[in-house]
Amino acid sequence: MPKKQFKRGIKHAKWFKALTAGLWQDHPTFCMVLGICSMLAITNRLDNAIAMGVGVTFCTAFSSLFVALFRNTIPSRVRMLAYMVIIATFVICVDRFLKAYFPPISEAMGPYVGLIITNCILMGRAEAYAIKNGPILSFLDGLGCGVGYSFMLVLMAIVRETIGFGTLLGHRVMPTAWTNWVVMTIAPGAFFLLGVYLWIFRTIAKKTET
Amino acid sequence: MNPTNPLILLVASIFTHNIALVYILGMCPFIVISKNFKTAFGMGVAVVFVVTLTAVITWPIYWLILVPAKAEIISYLIFICVIAATVQFLEMVIEKFFPPLQSSFGIFLPLITVNCIVLAVCLFMVLRKYDFIQTVFYSFGTSVGWSLAIIVMAAIKEKLILVGDIPKGLRGAGITMIIAGLMAFAFMGFAGMITLQ
Repeated sequence: MPKKQFKRGIKHAKWFKALTAGLWQDHPTFCMVLGICSMLAITNRLDNAIAMGVGVTFCTAFSSLFVALFRNTIPSRVRMLAYMVIIATFVICVDRFLKAYFPPISEAMGPYVGLIITNCILMGRAEAYAIKNGPILSFLDGLGCGVGYSFMLVLMAIVRETIGFGTLLGHRVMPTAWTNWVVMTIAPGAFFLLGVYLWIFRTIAKKTET
Repeated sequence: MNPTNPLILLVASIFTHNIALVYILGMCPFIVISKNFKTAFGMGVAVVFVVTLTAVITWPIYWLILVPAKAEIISYLIFICVIAATVQFLEMVIEKFFPPLQSSFGIFLPLITVNCIVLAVCLFMVLRKYDFIQTVFYSFGTSVGWSLAIIVMAAIKEKLILVGDIPKGLRGAGITMIIAGLMAFAFMGFAGMITLQ
């Protein structure tokens, strides 16, 4: 009995809602259709997708935290610029980190690391949540959205890499007779796959547009 | 410096290396604003303007100030500030001197700040070491290519209203993705015309 009560307590706690909203309820990709560019462009290999997911999660969580910390001092007229500067700072950290420790991944991702700055998810979370809420809640919200987004990235990358290259994280998983579907590694395959995923998830979540 | 002929770069950036359908950038407005032809056209014109202008401004800032000062590390920060400032400035100019344009493309300007292709053009320009003339042609071509893609997409989506039986979950963003995939196939037909390194 106490266990049940505890569970219900967690479910209604504010921090729990903040953390899990981005995972399913307000999932950044299939509910709000944000951050599509990097999602489609770098998911042809799983290792790139994981690096991107970790980078985006780090940037969303910390930029939300800092936007929330400064929310009372940012004048509302220049708030967009303020978000941009905060976000860019963290993206530079991610870029330098990848360059130093994972040079091949940094090479493969090219300008897409820098383009995390214009990933709409970061800006969206700052504007929709962090500017109105406290730092800890904002941090959790950013973390939740980042993890939800990474989950989608990995899901895309698993399908694209297995079908497109016949490998997973560089290891061969498909039988040798398998012919690679080159189309999955390039832009059209990415578009089709995301279209299908959107279809599946929106049908399950019953969120449809007219 | 990159030896490519600027004119070849222009054609390549519009067709064979279309930024929307080959590099998959600038997708958020591509999905949201492509609902009707007129707004897509307004957005396209605004993007051509802003992208070309910012590329022309950031090129000298990067190569003449940041590189000699060995401060490439803050280039992202500088690029973003330049983009935001340019957009703000353009908005004020339009409001003050060309009020009739305000309703047709002024409203799209704030959205462009977060459009990835503005930053992407700046990053590609640095990465591929284009000189000034190449940058002008490349940025113009890229933005025209993006506008072309969004305008075609809007035209297709307007006709899509005639099709009644799209599955419910696929409506909106889902079907846009599928159409974009087909368009990407069509643009692959141009590939092989020109190869860029």
